[in-house]
Amino acid sequence: MLAEVTHILPVTLIRRERMLPIPGRVLVRKGQKVSATDVIAEANLNPEHLLLDIARGLGLPEDKADRYLQCKDGMQVAQGDILAGPVGWAKRVVRSPRGGRVILAGDGKVLIELDSPPFEMKAGIPGTVIELRENRSVTIETSGALIQGVWGNGQIDYGLMFVLVRSPDDTLTTDRLDVSMRGSLVIGGYCGDAEVLRAADSLPLRGLVLASMDAALVSEAARMRFPIMLIDGFGKLPMNTAAFKLLTTNERREAALNAENWDRFKGVRPEVVIPLPASGEPKTPREVGYFEAGQQVRILRAPHKGKIGTLVALHPGINRLSNGVQTKTGVVQLESGDEVVISLVNCEILE
Amino acid sequence: MPTSLVDAESLIAIDVGSVTTRAFLFDVVDGRYRFLASGAAPTTANAPFSDVSEGVRIALENLQSITGKVLLGGDERLIIPSMSDGSGVDVVAATISAGPPLRAVLVGLLEDVSLESARRLASTTYVRVVETLSLNDRRKTENRIDAILRLRPDLVLITGGTDGGASQSVLKLLESVGLANYWLPQENRFEVLYAGNQKLEDEVKATFQRIGPLHIAPNVQPELGVQQYQGAQIQLADILRTIRSRQLVGVKELDNWSGGGLLPTASSFGRVIRFLTRIYDSAKGVLGVDIGASATTLAAGFAGELIQAVYPHLGLGHGATGILHQATVSEIKRWLHLDLSDDDIRQYIYNKALYPSSLPETQEDLAIEQVMARLAMRLALRDISPGFPAHSFRYGPALLPWFEPIVATGSVLTRAPNFGQSALMLLDGLQPTGITTLVLDQNHISPALGVSAAVNPILAVQVLESNTFQNLGTIISPLGNAKPGTPVLRVRMTLDGSSETAVEVKQGSIQVLQIPQGQEAQLSFTPLQRYDIGMGGAGRGGRLRVRGGALGVIIDARGRPISLPPDPVRRRELISKWRWILGC
Repeated sequence: MLAEVTHILPVTLIRRERMLPIPGRVLVRKGQKVSATDVIAEANLNPEHLLLDIARGLGLPEDKADRYLQCKDGMQVAQGDILAGPVGWAKRVVRSPRGGRVILAGDGKVLIELDSPPFEMKAGIPGTVIELRENRSVTIETSGALIQGVWGNGQIDYGLMFVLVRSPDDTLTTDRLDVSMRGSLVIGGYCGDAEVLRAADSLPLRGLVLASMDAALVSEAARMRFPIMLIDGFGKLPMNTAAFKLLTTNERREAALNAENWDRFKGVRPEVVIPLPASGEPKTPREVGYFEAGQQVRILRAPHKGKIGTLVALHPGINRLSNGVQTKTGVVQLESGDEVVISLVNCEILE
Repeated sequence: MPTSLVDAESLIAIDVGSVTTRAFLFDVVDGRYRFLASGAAPTTANAPFSDVSEGVRIALENLQSITGKVLLGGDERLIIPSMSDGSGVDVVAATISAGPPLRAVLVGLLEDVSLESARRLASTTYVRVVETLSLNDRRKTENRIDAILRLRPDLVLITGGTDGGASQSVLKLLESVGLANYWLPQENRFEVLYAGNQKLEDEVKATFQRIGPLHIAPNVQPELGVQQYQGAQIQLADILRTIRSRQLVGVKELDNWSGGGLLPTASSFGRVIRFLTRIYDSAKGVLGVDIGASATTLAAGFAGELIQAVYPHLGLGHGATGILHQATVSEIKRWLHLDLSDDDIRQYIYNKALYPSSLPETQEDLAIEQVMARLAMRLALRDISPGFPAHSFRYGPALLPWFEPIVATGSVLTRAPNFGQSALMLLDGLQPTGITTLVLDQNHISPALGVSAAVNPILAVQVLESNTFQNLGTIISPLGNAKPGTPVLRVRMTLDGSSETAVEVKQGSIQVLQIPQGQEAQLSFTPLQRYDIGMGGAGRGGRLRVRGGALGVIIDARGRPISLPPDPVRRRELISKWRWILGC
């Protein structure tokens, strides 16, 4: 059975294609080294336009006004440039009120795309540019530890990791945040208090990686100016042991946090990358797999949500869960040694 | 199209859902078309596949191993047409609901008239409205352009003006749409569907055809008070197919297999419902409900007329949090038989959205998921009800019109641990009135039948007649105004060849009369307190012959709308009692 894969890997080869939503300008070259926050491409995502009624400005009918146009499609104009005219004894003209590019000129009108700051696409991970698609995308490659999350607030940053989680089921509270963490990427446990997010914002932190968070804080977290990523989900969930071990053993290392929201359709999800030199030639990890006995899996639903174990058996056919739901099942041996029967759709491969 | 079964053709219908891809095999058995088996696999529309073919291939492989019939060739492609050795299949039909909803900007003259028509048209498929433009919109043209560009729609849907009516105002609105599309790079231009004043067709073509993809459909409102959506719906289905083909590898191939007949799953579901209105009691409508991971779909057919709406924000998968935008956690909690906190419910919904294909493993999770299904139905009904024809029979304006039958599908209903749970979700969510039959499409076969009907109507008819659907039971919902506990209906049931059972139904109660599966029973009703059971008016009773379904006859006298006690303990006790009565 086809299965989703979540990566929590101490060392791997990470390759990410960062794509502009619409064509724009790629600002890096192949082979260039980039950091997570470097702007690698830009595009005019939120253009601002001005539609000027030239005919009215010149006091002429539309068809006659076009004869006096002094600009054409694609032309760059500065504030005050004459767009049309002069007309008549008064030498009436129409000037551009702001700088920009003429999109369309005709039928007595001129449409100008005003100069405005472009959308800047950040690298998201530190690494080397290995591939470019003209005007569209940049592929970056790096080696290091990779911890994928399940929810992010859309921000990107990097910093030194400051581990505040003492045990997988720890709760992050405001009193544990102080100025010594300013500019760092804090690893916390569960967050159930909006004050913690506000305190982190006021320091400010460069990023916050949490095991879990109260779902009531989603809109607050989405408003924060620093990246926030959840590793295990919503509600008071302990951090899965694989992520806990990996993050705590890499304290004080520099890490990049791309808290992009999880979009399965586009294939993007939030993640922490800790750049590390790789020995040998690591391979890029697989994105999907098929369930097989012996795999490490994470359980996605209660009553064992967030627990890690080994898939020891796959049951044939369809079976009934304790609540009566019928589904394909397997046996997972948890880290405690207990064996539990789990619906396979409630498992993901962890590697 | 076969006119007789002499030239009968085997058919495979493939449905690419947002979570599951299913393949259904139909063939002739004993001279009649039958549904033989289905195979399923996870849909592979998401990255890293971004290719539906892998899911289709695995679903076909499963179907192959279930039936023993060779369907895939050495190249792992479907063998079409069937070969002399029996391998392969003659005809393929396909539907799709995978992929994010299309982002649409609606353009119409007046908010209440043409924009309302545009909204209704958009709601017939997987569309999310991101912006509207109308004469009421005071923004300058350039601000409208910027708004459209910021939202990056997949589609702009233009309605407005009766045929021969207003033209200049429509053209003025179109200016910003045309300029926005002109600004975009060729490969990012949105599709434009024009379904307005037909007098402007040439001018619309002149404005848009050079810029980007343009689709012209018959005016959705050719004259005031007259609405026709069918032509525009066909174009909309075509646009969805075009966009999905661009987004996902494998969709084009699927469309080719089906001879260019790939349909949105919701359209195909609607087609089955419309079809059923021709078979069943013409005085009542036929209601279809599909609670999927990507959307909740309602389709109501009234004598051949179809009112349909797709609600992507009411799907129980990725969009599960959408329900929280329309209902409070307390409203969800009201329907729970378990004592769960607001936090439990909220966390559950957010986690479910993270893992749309996951299943509830605990009683608590199952209870929340089933309550979400109830709310999805209630919210969808609240939205679609004003569009039901004025002539449809109904007891009151806020109540569901009379339907016979109600066809339901969707994993939350079909995977419920028992039929009692499926039935109670439907009774609470839809709150039917009068007499109806609840029918469960356990195999999710309805869309397959709808799309197959276009290539082989005989197949659709014969499969529908072949007990493919599970009859959950006959529902009697008496309506009136008596206090709880007051006797409102006497029912006498005579089982064929067995003794007679008589019950007195009290207001506020729910009762089940068992009829063994396949057996028939004669029911006789005597309403009290001038209660209406849909047999010709208040206080009128009558007789009814019914065939035993999974649950027999359910007399739901809980009132409409169902009123739940404000005290949480009493409420949970009451809901638990209802669950016990239905064997949940």
